[in-house]
Amino acid sequence: MRPRLEIERRLGTSRRIMLLASILSIALALLMIALVFWGYGVDPIYAYEKIFVGSFGSIFGLSDTIAKAIPLMLCGVGLAVAFKALVWNVGAEGQLLMGAIAATGVALYVFPNSPALVVIPSMFAAGFLSGAFWGLIPSILKAKLRANEVITTLMMNYIASNLVNYLVYGPWKGLKEWGFPYTDKFPLSAWLPLLPLGTGRIHYPTLILALTLAVLTYVLVMRTKLGYEIRVMGENPDAARYAGMSYFKTAMLVMLISGGLAGLAGVGEVAGNPSHHRLRYPQGISPGYGFIAIIVAWLGRLHPLAIIPSSLLFGGLLVGGDAIQVSLDLPFAAIGIFNGVILFFVLSAELLMRYRVTFKWRREG
Amino acid sequence: MSLEALIVSLLYDAIRAGTPLLFGTLGEIYTERSGVLNLGVEGMMIMGAVTGFGLTLATGNVWLGILCAAIIGGLLALMHAFMSITLQANQVVSGLALTMFGLGMSGLLGKAYVGIPLPCPLRSISIPVLSTIPILGPLLFQHDQLIYLSIVLVPLLWLTLFKTRVGINIRSVGENPATADALGVNVYQVRYFCVFLGGFLAGLGGAYLSVAYRPAWTEGMTAGIGWIVIALTIFSMWSPGRALIGAYLFGGVEALQYRLQPLGISPNLLAMLPYAFAIVVLLAGTQETIRKRMGAPSALGIPYIRGEK
Repeated sequence: MRPRLEIERRLGTSRRIMLLASILSIALALLMIALVFWGYGVDPIYAYEKIFVGSFGSIFGLSDTIAKAIPLMLCGVGLAVAFKALVWNVGAEGQLLMGAIAATGVALYVFPNSPALVVIPSMFAAGFLSGAFWGLIPSILKAKLRANEVITTLMMNYIASNLVNYLVYGPWKGLKEWGFPYTDKFPLSAWLPLLPLGTGRIHYPTLILALTLAVLTYVLVMRTKLGYEIRVMGENPDAARYAGMSYFKTAMLVMLISGGLAGLAGVGEVAGNPSHHRLRYPQGISPGYGFIAIIVAWLGRLHPLAIIPSSLLFGGLLVGGDAIQVSLDLPFAAIGIFNGVILFFVLSAELLMRYRVTFKWRREG
Repeated sequence: MSLEALIVSLLYDAIRAGTPLLFGTLGEIYTERSGVLNLGVEGMMIMGAVTGFGLTLATGNVWLGILCAAIIGGLLALMHAFMSITLQANQVVSGLALTMFGLGMSGLLGKAYVGIPLPCPLRSISIPVLSTIPILGPLLFQHDQLIYLSIVLVPLLWLTLFKTRVGINIRSVGENPATADALGVNVYQVRYFCVFLGGFLAGLGGAYLSVAYRPAWTEGMTAGIGWIVIALTIFSMWSPGRALIGAYLFGGVEALQYRLQPLGISPNLLAMLPYAFAIVVLLAGTQETIRKRMGAPSALGIPYIRGEK
């Protein structure tokens, strides 16, 4: 006798099953990670308590969680559009950094003495274009030369990260920073206003932008002809080709959105996050928002609106990660375990949604 | 330093820097030849690096460390195999998850090793007689055993892939699993084996980094090598021989980077070189694949479900 998985295809997936599968996958992932903690000699209940209290347990934690959800939401919504068209953009991190560079250029060198009404919109516009530009390079290479975009977008991450380093150690190094790899602080007119809530880190213009864009993207993907083409391209590329849809056009469009939104996230970080207001070494600006956003998008099942709660969850995880780093003396990298395990489980839950799985004992033979 | 000595030392370093890439690429070639795309190389490699370092430090036996690193790499690959072969999950995302997991786990496990030197790293040995040949001697015959192993693996894996029954089975499973299945090849078994082998070799490459190349542990020390492996696999056109050329070419860029630093070029700009070069190599590989009409294994990235087309 041996166990056997019997798998049959489901005809449709109800919203209830989707939600159930998502919750189940997160629960199982947390259980798995508890084992890792336990094996490492850390009481998992204590660790989870620290994470939860740190991120959602108080108005202070909650405000930090929302602040960290902003870049995740922007990147996540963008990635969802790209993934829907089966364009594997794993370069949101680099696109975010390019947005941050553009915002810094505008704030310090283009409009150093202009009023906020000029500087702030210009920063967002420049950040969008800069992120989109960084995303369009791999997209063109893919559409015209068939270069695998997973590799090109990833390599562009490393290049962007080194570009930030080059700027903050070299030509843009601040005059008043005594050897630190920072640019000078932005003029006050380039600081995004903050919500006086909790720790006061929510730069609400970016938050409003992120929420609005999530809704607009939803409308674009689900209610317009362009969105229809994006979905067909992802679900049935052959059909898309026969119907005369242009791969080039769709690939450009999704990367424009995907890279642009990541670029906006970068603007929000350098101009909005009160601990920055300047460009600094890349890990200082982003603890990997562009990568975590991949999971955010996947957990949200590539649905632009579902990405809003999903980004809050991972914002909380990042804040909780900071908390256990301090209270349990764990390295920040440990948060990568959460990311990896949750992504594994979210992915395997998809099987549950696509197929009905039953477990049978079957005689050998 | 004479020009000749400079070139020899540059090429010598190119071989050293290219070796982890060679291990990783050889493994990924087998994985992809069987029809599975594993983007988790970076994660498996860094887990290999931390395991190799930690166990060598704890036991004083560098070979035990290397072996365990390879096994850990293989076990992690099995996670991806389970996801992509058994659960038929999206292989791109599963590979990314593996990389995230590996980077995180290695950070956690390696926290205690930061800043500790390895007392017994793998040292280079001079092969008697051969190492005294001018130019070729110092270039090829004064390396450590892992480098020799990687070089021996190239013809071995080439012969296995193209001249044996096992190799035919692997390639047929990657090209047309339904036909292979009909001919009695166990598609799932072949794929599991190849994915495991890929992880095993990636683990070896990681161990090479932390016990031989630069015997120390630093968080994130693979620095994208695992991703360059993916680009090299395409450049190699899924053939072990070309993997050797690609890996050493990359090693050369890496070695060159450190030699250009004293000339006053910003180290941050130089650090972009390998990544920019990876894009160039990818483009070159892709164009040649298209020109020669020798694309990726046809079933690459597509899960095999018995009885479905």
